[in-house]
Order: sequence, then structure tokens, then C-alpha cells
Amino acid sequence: MARQIGDVILDLKNISLRFGGVRALTDISFDVKEHEVRAIIGPNGAGKSSMLNVINGVYRPQEGEIIFRGEHRHNMNTHIASAAGIARTFQNIALFKGMSVLDNLMSGRTLKMKANFLQHALWWGAARNEELAHRAKVEEVIDFLEIEHIRKTPVGRLPYGLQKRVELGRALAAEPSMLLLDEPMAGMNVEEKQDMCRFILDVNDHFGTTIVLIEHDMGVVMDISDRVVVLDYGKKIGDGTPDEVKNNPEVISAYLGTQH
Amino acid sequence: MTLGSGAVSAPLDTFPRLLMHHAQVRGARPAVREKDLGIWQSRTWAQVARETSAFASGLAQLGFKRGDRLAIIGDNRPRLYGAMLAAQMLGGIPVPLYQDAVAAEMIFALQDSGIGIAVVEDQEQVDKLLEVKEQCPLLQHIVYDDPRGLSHYTQPFLHGLDEVIAAGTIHNQNQPDFIQQEIALGRPDDTSVILYTSGTTGKPKGVCQTHHAFISAARGGCGFDGMTEAEEVLSYLPMAWVGDHLFSFAQALVAGFTINCPESGDTVMTDMREIGPTCYFAPPRVYENLLTQVMVRMEDAGAIMRGLFGYFMGVAKRCGAEILDGKPVGLKDRLLYALGEILIYGPLKNVLGMSRIRVAYTAGAAIGPDLFRFYRSMGINLKQFYGQTETCAYVCLQADSRIKLDSVGQPAPQVEVKIADNGEILVRGPMLLKEYYLRPEATAESVDGEGFFHTGDAGFLDHDGDLRIIDRVKDVGKMAGGAVFAPNYIENKLKFFPHVKEAVCFGHGRDSVCAFINIDMSSVGNWAERRNLSYAGYTDLAGKAEVYALIQECVEQVNADLAREPLVADTQVHRFLVLHKELDPDDDELTRTRKVRRGFIAEKYAVLIEALYAGRSTQHIETEVKFEDGRRGMVAADLVIRDVKVFPRAA
Repeated sequence: MARQIGDVILDLKNISLRFGGVRALTDISFDVKEHEVRAIIGPNGAGKSSMLNVINGVYRPQEGEIIFRGEHRHNMNTHIASAAGIARTFQNIALFKGMSVLDNLMSGRTLKMKANFLQHALWWGAARNEELAHRAKVEEVIDFLEIEHIRKTPVGRLPYGLQKRVELGRALAAEPSMLLLDEPMAGMNVEEKQDMCRFILDVNDHFGTTIVLIEHDMGVVMDISDRVVVLDYGKKIGDGTPDEVKNNPEVISAYLGTQH
Repeated sequence: MTLGSGAVSAPLDTFPRLLMHHAQVRGARPAVREKDLGIWQSRTWAQVARETSAFASGLAQLGFKRGDRLAIIGDNRPRLYGAMLAAQMLGGIPVPLYQDAVAAEMIFALQDSGIGIAVVEDQEQVDKLLEVKEQCPLLQHIVYDDPRGLSHYTQPFLHGLDEVIAAGTIHNQNQPDFIQQEIALGRPDDTSVILYTSGTTGKPKGVCQTHHAFISAARGGCGFDGMTEAEEVLSYLPMAWVGDHLFSFAQALVAGFTINCPESGDTVMTDMREIGPTCYFAPPRVYENLLTQVMVRMEDAGAIMRGLFGYFMGVAKRCGAEILDGKPVGLKDRLLYALGEILIYGPLKNVLGMSRIRVAYTAGAAIGPDLFRFYRSMGINLKQFYGQTETCAYVCLQADSRIKLDSVGQPAPQVEVKIADNGEILVRGPMLLKEYYLRPEATAESVDGEGFFHTGDAGFLDHDGDLRIIDRVKDVGKMAGGAVFAPNYIENKLKFFPHVKEAVCFGHGRDSVCAFINIDMSSVGNWAERRNLSYAGYTDLAGKAEVYALIQECVEQVNADLAREPLVADTQVHRFLVLHKELDPDDDELTRTRKVRRGFIAEKYAVLIEALYAGRSTQHIETEVKFEDGRRGMVAADLVIRDVKVFPRAA
């Protein structure tokens, strides 16, 4: 592959997150390098989704430091995260079910629209040109994900696998530099999983997008990630290449359910 | 370069000359459209001529010479059609191949036609060719249209189409007369294309057609149905298929009309609605799918809508086809039909993308009478035609006023049709193949000394002089009483009933015809549910007395139908049984294209055939079946055999 993995762009240091007495994350540190596919794995309740929520600012950790592109922060903020090019998809699909695929993808570009409300309402002047430019971008995403045939179909009418693809499209429409994928393949059949893997790798390869993903299918994780971090009960128990992680005794015991 | 200088005076007898002619006389009209990134992008005739000339020069620089074959593999893309013309400009021969074939299936055609350069659509096709390149040592260069995903490929023999065109453009600036000179060297009896036959019998054969043959067929067809430069055609059927080559390539270049390439295979329906083609071609199953979709959607519609639809469909059934044919119809029906056009037919045609259709064709398989009537009664001028790869898909056409369901029309202009003693259809005319590529013995076998091509189809000319196809010659047998036995003809009639999925008829050398029936699980299952008839699975449902009664009705209708046709009146079905399992390609009972393997079935179910002819009323059978995951199982059943009413031969 021609893709070169670059320097660290996101560095998480000693992150701890508590909800009252519940320790969701305890003293977790790991980093993400530019252009890599970084997986977060772990059993249910390990704190994987919480970790993503910390990265894009939905949760504010009580302790720790987030260094994103050289800027040190105590915590992220959703606006800063999205403006800085972090986009994400959700475990349970978060799309507008009654709107068409096209409109859902257009919503992914809202942040990039400059014209004011009135101009948009009248579809006049800057708003019009702007929409045309954004539509062109969205069409590129549609072409990329091969969803031309459902462009005008309401999302709610689509099968689950395609909805997942549309959600990836909505995130891609924002032209992110980092993509957070929360279980992109949950509930899919083998063929849909293969398609999704191909798209994720293509995104990574074609646009150079850095990808952080949570996934339960170990086969998929080991195949497509460059590095894997393993969480269990809010603690980091492993970090490294797929092979290293696979042979880590602590990881094996966590997955085989050894007593704690 | 200067376009088409001197092209007007030269005869328009090759495709490149036709292209240059259009670039000159209608240079600003759209030649081809393609939906890309959600927008229909047009290319004018002048642009196409310029781009194609540049591509031709680029090909020449890659070493493509007069007489060389150029493989073309991909979905219908404007630049792939252009590649065909580019090859022809240099006196080469385009060889379009089926884009959905797996790599191993492509090896034969690539080796057989000695491909040196292949022009392909995208990464998928490039990967296939890379896979088989070892086995095709002659393959020197691969040119791809869409560069997506190919940026990491470093093979020196891979070229982007854009690069080749860019190189050709520079070449044409330096040598502005090069392409003109090359086109001038072309002769009408040069082979213009090699199309591979499907190869249902043995290895596929490369059919060489000349410019003259395809241009004659296209001129004949365009003249017959009055096609002009204003037509819009949707090009969505495989480029390797003779029908697409005739409609989207030859006729477009003869008449100068616009072809439209859909965005992808999945968007054809939407694209069709947006384009609103004026001429349309589809095999019967496409028309069937469209109708099914309409009917399913209507089931979900509100009561008023359903009522209106039902009522006006009744009106259309009564008088729609007659109005289309210009026959006398009462004033009341005319008024009702006009109202129906506003309320139902018009909007429905609009949804199907058929509002502007002047003529719609179907061919390739028999079309059901209800289906045919449905479209015609809505005012869509649906016609059948007849032809094969070897005849540029041009033998018989139906004239507007003489549409008959059971015939394929009269011989097209310039075509002679003759029936041999064994019932085989023989044809002669300018559209016949030049030869099978490198197969002189096969050519000699299929074209006789008088220049007639042996189609392998059996048929007859009816009292109007219209051709009726009954079967493949090799399947036609003789009853013990001497009557012609055409199993496919009877089976097709049976299969037109939605409840019948497959049928296999026996009768060669016997004194009566007997049939195996496969019920259609979804259709009969639905029917049973509506009657509160419970069943456990296919075998159970197939054995129900109610289902037998249902199928018996179908068979008796077919018999009544057969009785009216003198040639086949003696081959009515006397006895039938409903098979206990579905015929399946996994069990070798059907081919992969779902054609019945008659001989194999006769052997496998010999005991059933014996029971049919021995007059028994039940027969026990056990059959081994293969499941999709490779496991094997046994299906056993006691099959009932029913006698059917036969009708006296109509006078």
C-alpha cells in the first residue's frame, strides 16, 4: 500500500471518566497516528463507546489530557471536534429516517454552509451556489459508496446494512480527517461486512482518513486494523499490532471470561 | 484536426464514416449521455468524433494495427462505445465481452480472438484480466476507463484511457490527416465486430459481422419503424449482446439518434424515468418484473385508487389494444379510454418511464399473452421481433398494424425466409454473418450452398405470411401418429400461467403427450393462504388435491388453445403429475440459465414416465436432493397422476 502512516495526531493521556461512583474509564493512555486504522476492542461494558465519546467531546473526562494536532486540552468539545474534522457514526443508526439518502448526506455538510437562514429559505444568491457545490461533494460520496440507486429513497425504507452505509456516507460528507466508527458492522451478514470492510479500507486509502473503530468481529478487526487497543472494565489491558494483541495472555483471558 | 472533410461525398458504408458524417451535419446534437455524479452529461457528435479520433491514434501508438482485435469489457459506457469506433477507424475489430463473466470464462474468448489490447471499464475488470494474463500471452496492453482504485497498480502495460486520448490528441495535431486516411482505407465488407454466441451447445463461437451487414440491418430496422435522429434510447443491456449492438450502436450511428447510459445497473428504472426513451428494448422477464411491481404497489394502494385502477384496466383490456391498432371501437369505450388515459394509463406510463415510447421491442423468449396485452392495452406499442447473433438480430419484424401475439412478424426488408422440410427456419439476406472466426467448418455447416443460414429454430409461416417459432429443431420430435411434437411450445404455454413454474413434456415416439409440472411456490403458496389451505412445504403443497385441480384447469386451457392450431392440435396433454420437488440446477435438472435438461430428467424420473404411460393413478418415488450447503437428503412422495380433458381439433 502506498498509504504512509504518519505522526501521532491524537494523543490521549491518563484519561479517567466517572459517572458518580461508576468508573467508566480508568487512567487510559493511547495514541492515534495519522492515516492509520486504529481499533478499540473489549467485552461489553469495557468503555469503548465512552472512549469515542471522550474523543469527540460528548463526555468530559475528570482527569487526563487530550492532545489533538499539537493542541493540549483537558477535554474535547463537540464543536471543536467537528470543526477540526472529526466525524463519527453511531452504534444505533442516527439518521433522519423520513428524509431521503441525499438529504441525510447533505445534513453532513451543514457545518460547512455559510449562507444565512433567510438565503437558504429563499434558495437565493450565495445559498444557491453553495448548495450546488455541496451537492457535488455529496454526489462524490454517493458514487464512492455505490448508493446511486437509493439516492432519493427515504432512509427508513432501506434495509439495515444499507442504512449503515448511508450513515458512513453522512460522516464522509463532512470530509473528515478522522473518522470514529462505533460498531460499523454490528448486525450485518457476511457479505455486508465484506462490503463495509472494503469501503472502510477504501476511505482510508483514497482520502487518507484516519480511522478509529470499535468492532466486535475479531476477524474483521485483525484483518483491517494497523493497531489495536484492548479495554476491559474501563482499563487498558493491551495495545499493539493485531498479532501482538492476539498473543497477549491478558487479552485472551478477558475474552475467554477468566474470573476477575 | 478538421472533422469529416470530404466525408459527405464518400458513401456512408462503414461506421467510422457514419460517425464523421454526423459530426459534420449534426455536430451539436447529443450523441451520447451518461449520468455521472447525479447529472446527465451529454457529449455531442462532434465531441465524440474528436475524442474517438484521438483514442484511435492513441491505440495506434500502442501498436494496434489493421485487422487486430480489441477486447471491450464493461458496463454500457460512452467511452467503451467510442472504443469500438476507434478500433474500426483503424480497420480493427472490436470484440465486446460479457462484463459479468468471471475471469476463467473470459480466457476462451480472449485466446480465441487473439486479443492484444483490451479496453475495460474499471478496477474490477482490470483485476480479472490480470488474473488471466498468464494464459493469454498475446495480451499486451490493458486500457481502463475509470481510474478509481487503480492508483497503486504499477504494471507498465496498464494505461488510463485519458492518457491514451491525450497522447492521441498530440499525435493528431502533428498528423492531422492520419485518421482520415485510415478511415478512407476501410471497406464495407471488412469485419466490423466479433460477437460471441452464448455457447449453449459446445464452445462459444465468434460471429464475424461486416459493416455492410450491420448497417443494412440497422437501415432496414430504422426505416421499418421510422426512426429519426430525435430518438432517445436507454443503453443498458450487455454490450456483448447482438441486440445492444444493433440498437445502441448500429441504429444510433445510422439514424444519428442519442443513446443514454444509466448510472449503474441498479438505477436503470430511475434513469429510464428521467430520460423517457422513445424506443425501448427488453427481454420478456423485464416487462414481467415491471408489471409485478405495479401490481404489488397497487395492492397497497387505497380503496379508491384500487377501484379506479381495476375499472380502467378493464376498459383497457376491452378496447386498448384495438385503439392502438386503429381498429373500430365504439364511442363510449373511446371516451372511457380517454378518461382512463388521463387518470390511470398516463400516470402509470410516466412512472414506468414509458410516456414517450413510440415503439418497444421484446425478443429472446416467448412472451405471455396477458403480459403482451397489458402493455399494448395501455397504449405502449410493444412488438416482437426475431433474429440471432448470426443475423444481426434482424430477420422478422412486426408492422404497426399487424401485431399478433403468437407470431414474430413478417420477414424484414431485404430478408428472405424459407422453411426447410424438417421445419427449420432458413434465412438469407445482407445481414448474414461473414463467418465464424477461424472456424471455416462451422461456417460451412450453418450456411448452405444457396447462401441460406440455418437458424436451428423450427417454425412455419402462417396464412398471413407471418413467421411462428415453435421450438429448437433438435428438440422437435414426432408423435407415434406422425404429428410434430414441439415440447418447448407446449411448455411455454403452460409456463405462462403464474402458478406453473416449470413444465416438462414427453411425447416423442408415443401416442399421447404427458407432462411433469412444477408449481410456483410463491404464487401457489399465496393462492393457498388466501383459501386458508395449510401446508408444510413444497412437497406437501404440490400434492394437495386443490392444487391438482388448479393445475388441471391450466392444462385444460392449454389443450383448448392447442386444439385451435392445426399443426399442434394432436399434441394436447393427456395426463400430468405435479413433481414432488422443484427442478434445480444444483441437481443438474436445469442448466444455470434455467433451461430444462430434458434427457437427464427423462432418465432420472423414468419410473414416473412409465407410470404416466401405463395409466397408473399414483406412483411412489424417492429422490436424492442436494442442499445449498452440500448436504444431501431424500425426498419421497406418492404422486397422483391425473387425466386431462382433451379437445377436438378445431375445423
